[in-house]
Amino acid sequence: MKNYTFTEKKDTRSGFGDGLTELGLKNNNIVALCADLTGSLKMNDFKKNHPDRFFQVGIAEANMMGIAAGLTIGGKIPFTGTFANFSTGRVYDQIRQSIAYSGKNVKICASHAGITLGEDGATHQILEDIGMMKMLPGMTVINTCDYNQTKAATIAIADHKGPVYLRFGRPKVPVFTDPNQEFKIGKGVKMTEGNDVTIVATGHLVWEALEASKVLFEQGISAEVINIHTIKPLDEEIILKSVSKTGCIVSAEEHNYLGGLGESISRLLSLNNPTPQEFIATQDTFGESGTPAQLMEKYGLNSENIIKKVKSAIQRK
Amino acid sequence: MNIVNLNCNQIKPTMQELEKLNNITTQTRRDILRMVHKVNSGHPGGSLGCAEFLVTLFNSVMKRNDDFSMDGINEDIFFLSNGHISPVFYSVLARCGYFDVDELNTFRLINSRLQGHPTTHEGLPGVRIASGSLGQGLSVAIGASLSKKINKDDNLVYCLMGDGELQEGQNWEAIMYAAAKNVDNIIATIDLNGQQIDGSTDDVIKLGNVRTKFESFGWDVIEIDNGNNITDIFNGLEKAKSKTFLGKPVCILLKTIMGNGVDFMMHTHEWHGKAPNDEQLEIGLKQNPETLGDY
Repeated sequence: MKNYTFTEKKDTRSGFGDGLTELGLKNNNIVALCADLTGSLKMNDFKKNHPDRFFQVGIAEANMMGIAAGLTIGGKIPFTGTFANFSTGRVYDQIRQSIAYSGKNVKICASHAGITLGEDGATHQILEDIGMMKMLPGMTVINTCDYNQTKAATIAIADHKGPVYLRFGRPKVPVFTDPNQEFKIGKGVKMTEGNDVTIVATGHLVWEALEASKVLFEQGISAEVINIHTIKPLDEEIILKSVSKTGCIVSAEEHNYLGGLGESISRLLSLNNPTPQEFIATQDTFGESGTPAQLMEKYGLNSENIIKKVKSAIQRK
Repeated sequence: MNIVNLNCNQIKPTMQELEKLNNITTQTRRDILRMVHKVNSGHPGGSLGCAEFLVTLFNSVMKRNDDFSMDGINEDIFFLSNGHISPVFYSVLARCGYFDVDELNTFRLINSRLQGHPTTHEGLPGVRIASGSLGQGLSVAIGASLSKKINKDDNLVYCLMGDGELQEGQNWEAIMYAAAKNVDNIIATIDLNGQQIDGSTDDVIKLGNVRTKFESFGWDVIEIDNGNNITDIFNGLEKAKSKTFLGKPVCILLKTIMGNGVDFMMHTHEWHGKAPNDEQLEIGLKQNPETLGDY
């Protein structure tokens, strides 16, 4: 079994910031907008390097989304930056009409997604954003797992024509993917080969899935871990191929089970190959204050719970 | 009928141009009435109120390239924020040659590019953003203005908004932004007709002194007291243009009469979103005889 290790922990939002810095230097059409969270979004370098292409819009996210839509007219590629909650729920209609329905090439970059935002609590911990964004026709939805993948994704989405929702997080998490990886939108990454169960994880749950697979391996259960960074369009082939071998699946995400990755997988399987599935996700609840680790444990978003769900899935075969 | 007050001191528009604009306006009124009548839906009131303004803007004021391109490089561009007045927008676009006037026949029909509210989704030339959910157009127009500045394109961005639409909070975010960041290549026009669906703006939610509000946010404000008078509109727009590139965004307060040009539709909010029946259509068309040929 391929064994993943890490030597350092970094936040995925820094991957976004560094990717944006790199993009800014190589493409003059890249512009960035921020709603008073430049430091939190790690956009300071871009702002310093390109003051003429950086727009501080203040605490006015609706206006930011509209301005971003307008900037595409004339050939700019706008990257908006704020927390995931304010990138989606707060501005859903602006995204729907001015960006998605209008087919504008805006990259909505959302940090502090999910429960690992931590101590600020439920007002800021959005667990519904993947659902809202994946329901918009034409919207690409990406949720990255570590610093390297987030940086690669940030650079890759600039070349994709059309609106993109890029979701990442606040805490420092293990860096375990290749720094030179090629990021292909819509293509899942098989992390480990396995025969007994498929674990499809996205975002911060990918590392938890790998941790779970190590323990399962010692217990004689071979898990195939798939890193799904693109929730829409979903890599159907990699999932169907894997479950045809393993016969059961666990989906894992830092999001409500309603509207998340797990539901997209359920639809895929029910149409093509009905398969027992267990869900690692929040259970139709808001979050609360706490450290990221405490919250992941309380809401069942960790390797221990993945192991339990794997065993349930295998029993249902 | 539109009554034009000529002021001898005004050089522009010339008599010839004025006649042309009047003819287009009359034909546009017919287009509006026939479009909404055919599908028994749509918004004739606000459309009629803005007919003179949009006809003048597109035909005599804006610098427009012959071929439509989404990016609108080296030309003035326009955004309609109050998308429900799509009938007047579609008529003006068609009569400017963006698409065949016969296509006005498809307004609000299935498989049409002329959706109830304007959209880029069906690829209709002349439309650069979807609108209809109110309060979003000004932000988009500001974004396009910033894009022009980066591109060192010194043409202008125009935006038309309704007055009731100012009740949407996003506008005030945009108004604050444009002044704070010196977006001075934009002219935003507010159609001050004082009406909205549920009644007069005073009854629904008073807008207060709109001029003072814009000025206090840092905008230059031009008022056009008779927003249905082509000469006044032309001169107001020229004055607004002269205020651009001076560090402030520019706003036009366009005082119009909803339903202008069709007597029974004027001075009421009742025709905001209601189509005329056969008899009413005939009356409206009689008041606006064919000038350029019906589609």
